[in-house]
Amino acid sequence: MSHPLLEVKELKTRFSTEKGTITAVDGVTFNVDYGETLGVVGESGCGKSVTAESIMRLLNEKSTKYGGEILYKGRDLLSLPESKMLDIRGNEISMIFQDAMTSLNPVFTIGDQIAESIVVHQKLSKKEAMKKAVEMLRVTGIPSPEKRIHEYPHEISGGMRQRVMIAMALSCQPSLLIADEPTTALDVTIQAQILEVINELKEELNMGVIMITHDLGVVAEVCTRVAVMYLGQVIEEADVDTLFDSPRHPYTRGLLQSIPKINGDREQKLHTIKGVVPALDNVPKGCRFAPRCSFATEKCLEEAPVLDELPNGQKVRCWHHARIKEREDVPDAIEAT
Amino acid sequence: MLLKQHDKESLQRDNSVLQVRNLKKYFPIASPFGRVSGHVKAVESVSFDLFESRTLGLVGESGCGKSTTGRSILRLIEPSDGSVIYKGEDVLKLKQKQFQKYRREMQMVFQDPHSSLNPKKRIGELIEEPMEIHKIGTKSERMERAMDLLRRTGIREDQYFRFPHEFSGGQRQRIGIARALAVDPSVIVLDEPVSALDVSIQSQVLNLLEEIQDEFKLSYLFISHDLSVVRHIADEIGVMYLGHMVEKAPTDDLFANPLHPYTQALLSAIPIPDRKQRRERIIIKGDVPSPIDPPKGCVFHTRCPFAMEQCKTVTPVMQQHSTGHEVACHLY
Repeated sequence: MSHPLLEVKELKTRFSTEKGTITAVDGVTFNVDYGETLGVVGESGCGKSVTAESIMRLLNEKSTKYGGEILYKGRDLLSLPESKMLDIRGNEISMIFQDAMTSLNPVFTIGDQIAESIVVHQKLSKKEAMKKAVEMLRVTGIPSPEKRIHEYPHEISGGMRQRVMIAMALSCQPSLLIADEPTTALDVTIQAQILEVINELKEELNMGVIMITHDLGVVAEVCTRVAVMYLGQVIEEADVDTLFDSPRHPYTRGLLQSIPKINGDREQKLHTIKGVVPALDNVPKGCRFAPRCSFATEKCLEEAPVLDELPNGQKVRCWHHARIKEREDVPDAIEAT
Repeated sequence: MLLKQHDKESLQRDNSVLQVRNLKKYFPIASPFGRVSGHVKAVESVSFDLFESRTLGLVGESGCGKSTTGRSILRLIEPSDGSVIYKGEDVLKLKQKQFQKYRREMQMVFQDPHSSLNPKKRIGELIEEPMEIHKIGTKSERMERAMDLLRRTGIREDQYFRFPHEFSGGQRQRIGIARALAVDPSVIVLDEPVSALDVSIQSQVLNLLEEIQDEFKLSYLFISHDLSVVRHIADEIGVMYLGHMVEKAPTDDLFANPLHPYTQALLSAIPIPDRKQRRERIIIKGDVPSPIDPPKGCVFHTRCPFAMEQCKTVTPVMQQHSTGHEVACHLY
């Protein structure tokens, strides 16, 4: 039986800090298959980037403890020795980061940087690798790439740098691409270009993509399925249409309602979610969203809900998801502060 | 609480609070020995009015000059040319010292609430500071007003003696707003005030801004790259590209009928968080040219899908297209 591309099962990532152990990711489970784009959304500090870094095992192993499993083509990445991980990183699984300026090395030309991973993983000569680098730059839509490979990161614009990162990440034709806020630092017109490049290449290479973002607009544009995270847990997972049409978790609903809509009623006040995200060293007992939730009952404050799977495949971590469905057309389901 | 659209319109015409005309800002590029080798043309002949209790949104991509415009009006950077008329007086012609009294009436809220509040001062002091500078009230009156503003912006009064680091980003932005309100201004320049905030916090701050606008009769210049946010809060929007204002229109008009090819591309590039609202994307090619050596003629012609011969040589000027809707483009 063939394995799915990536299965994350009950992943826990703990950091030991001066103040004690902090669980940044607490029991995250999701799958990504070939040719699929999974969106991981949530606000700052929800653990979406730590999840990605755990999959790549980029975190400092001395102060980080992992739990659960990350099965990549059936192999558990968490139990692999670092030497085996080196063959996977940048080769089978690649990552694009938010800030292309700090992620590129300022003292090497962009050609050198793209060729490096080709030389390491594909055992090509430097000359052949440079040729491939030019090819990759062309694929990502950089004009006159044979000239560009001799330039340094500071000589090119932000959108170009992000394309260089994509070229670098895709140079070994990975099966899985993790994009951590790839367009957050870019302007909208450039963002549109970059999202298009990622989408085209995904189709062409039949890659699985994990798109980490806080922008629900980006999710609607490129993702097939979405996992919403809050305080280290996935609180809702669904295919993208279901998530936007009938979100079942009060937090997802709140998020969707608090964004000003480009086609909404301008005179209407925006919805707000009361309060702020609690700190990770002070996670509420019971449901983590309960203190900010207008549906919360005694039970929510005491007992932590599990991720329930509904008949349509949607998964929700809420005691009251049935009740929330009933109130579907009531826009004020989330109280304004 | 909120003024309805038609009330606002009837208020509008006569209540122009601030007029900006042909504002320019060139930054010199100097060699280490002081020889000027060229200029960064950050803002090029920008004109607009701010009206009482109304918001002008300024949108555009990074480097288009929107923040420089905002700062030039308050003379946080000295504009190179043009005029800013407030209460019948051109404030750019005043000496810094004379300008001081106007500064009280024009305040600013910055993007990054982490670096715009002095970390060594308690938030109460931070709010009183502008009143002290402008010699408003006695010490106890200032304290009372600070408490009042804290309450008004949604922060508990007993947090008066806390330091900025004890607050979250959204709360700090509220403190920044309270500080701007302290001297009872009539104009506030808001430079990306919600860009650093998470969506659930962003909506809280936007609602607060709308409430205090009506309460204190404020004119806002709201600078942002986020068009959905600007659409929500602004009555009128100016679109900037490479230092030029290319289109200006009432918000609904701009979204319903964008005229400039750049505005059209910009609007179509916004990802919409609604799967049923998908539309044809106009993807404009290439990057924004350098403002040191902007293209001749229309600055957008290098990326414009409709560029004609005359666009390469003749710079289009802002022209009225319909009531209140102005555009700088040879197509019209």
